[in-house]
Amino acid sequence: MRRFFLIAVPYIWLLALFLVPFLIVLKISLSDTALAIPPYTPQLDFGAGWDGIRNFFAALDFENFTFLTEDALYWKAYLSSLKIAAVSTFFTLLVGYPIAYAMANARIEWRPTLMMLIILPFWTSFLIRVYSWMGILSQEGYLNQFLMSLGLISEPLIILNTNWAVYIGIVYTYLPFMILPIYAALEKLDGALIEAAEDLGCSRLSAFWLVTFPLSKGGVIAGCFLVFIPALGEFVIPSLLGGSDTLMIGKVLWEEFFSNRDWPVASAVAVVLLLLLIVPIILFQRNEQKAREADQ
Amino acid sequence: MKRMSWFNTVSITLGFVFLYLPMVILVVYSFNASKLVTVWAGFSTKWYVELMGNEAFLDAAWVTVKVAVLSSTLATVLGTMAAYVLVRAGRFHGRTLFSGMIYAPLVMPEVITGLSLLLLFIGIGLDRGIFTIILAHTTFAMCYVSVVVSSRLVSFDRALEEAALDLGCTQFQAFRLVTLPIIAPAVISGWLLAFTLSLDDLVIASFTAGPSATTLPIKIFSAVRLGVSPEINALSTIMIGIVTVGVISASLISKRASLRQQAEEQAAVRT
Repeated sequence: MRRFFLIAVPYIWLLALFLVPFLIVLKISLSDTALAIPPYTPQLDFGAGWDGIRNFFAALDFENFTFLTEDALYWKAYLSSLKIAAVSTFFTLLVGYPIAYAMANARIEWRPTLMMLIILPFWTSFLIRVYSWMGILSQEGYLNQFLMSLGLISEPLIILNTNWAVYIGIVYTYLPFMILPIYAALEKLDGALIEAAEDLGCSRLSAFWLVTFPLSKGGVIAGCFLVFIPALGEFVIPSLLGGSDTLMIGKVLWEEFFSNRDWPVASAVAVVLLLLLIVPIILFQRNEQKAREADQ
Repeated sequence: MKRMSWFNTVSITLGFVFLYLPMVILVVYSFNASKLVTVWAGFSTKWYVELMGNEAFLDAAWVTVKVAVLSSTLATVLGTMAAYVLVRAGRFHGRTLFSGMIYAPLVMPEVITGLSLLLLFIGIGLDRGIFTIILAHTTFAMCYVSVVVSSRLVSFDRALEEAALDLGCTQFQAFRLVTLPIIAPAVISGWLLAFTLSLDDLVIASFTAGPSATTLPIKIFSAVRLGVSPEINALSTIMIGIVTVGVISASLISKRASLRQQAEEQAAVRT
């Protein structure tokens, strides 16, 4: 009895507040827009008995999804989300790998402190971390002031409200997610392997490419997914740092819902975004499983 | 190990400059006298004074704290239960669905979580306000808590619980007297994680908050959309300060606790 209660409470909570809401999104994405409250049809009418249920299912269709494929805005938004997420994941790797590498090679007594310094920004508000870049990247911002005082540029660079600002924002906020798995992989690495490679005539650089990097691949892949997956559905970064031409699907969904009040289309956008996420999530889980098996 | 040290020093230094400089600038310029955020015009604390007089921000901060305390506590209870079920309950009908529902919210984009909960609340005719934000935050935070707690449950020796049962404890007593003290650090860090996630959340709160309740992130977001403002810098500085003090003292406390536990275990072995 007690066991039943223990399972039932969290189970019912998740069913009611995770699964059911998701099914509602799925259902509304198949409904039609209507000038009503709530602004879609059909409504499920249990009062009409079986006929009501049959009519309900008969009225569902894939119109909204066809609409998404026809309107170029959505196509472009999906493609540009994929591109922005991929490019910023690449930059995050480029910035994060050397830091993880240096941490793994730091003196052992320093490592916990370095770890804490990497994690600390994660505890500060995401919104504030994104906001802090607005003052840096704007036209009269600190970066332009700095570069102009050095005489490197004569005209202020336009970075804020472009895709470049979005890349910087994603790299900055998701950097810890990249560093930690790579650090974990590099820390386990046996230093003797690199010494052996060098004894056998490898240069330091080729020892890195032939030994260190392949052995940290699991961490690199995990880090890339941990950045790519949340970046794909990102809303705050493109809406604060991006420009009006920065298309990201999270932003499109938000505007479709709050500005256009088109619930069926917003729901359809959400369903397609999830479909897009399934592939990287499955690949990520397979990578994790492989790592777990390798550990045993 | 020492040969690459110049490279390591440079990358660590640059890395930490990149991570911390934006926040340092934010803090420094919150004490700027000028209304123009990017032009330094002398030291002043006037933005803090102005912030203290801003009722809307104070109200929003109060709502945010209330939501965070309640939802993280609820999420810790539910998440610990869920972790216990995942690790200890063995096989039961619908276990796959259960673990799927624990892990899926972790990778679900916030816009989708927010949208789906809003559609649910409208569907069942629940008025949006503090209550709906708490429900939403509890739901996604309990998944994080259960991941943190279950990793601790997996690693601890089940024989301890069995010993307690053999010595006459009821199942609940064994949980309260043996299991809970051992997993306590994970439960506490789960609570802290849930608390910060709730404090931090903009997207899900925007969907599930009604006109009657505005949280601080929603307030900050709408102010920040119009551009950089010194008042927001002051607010950010206060929030950064609280988090820094909180995280450092939490890590010191947990370090001391683990040292004490080690000492006790050694003493127990010796006697």
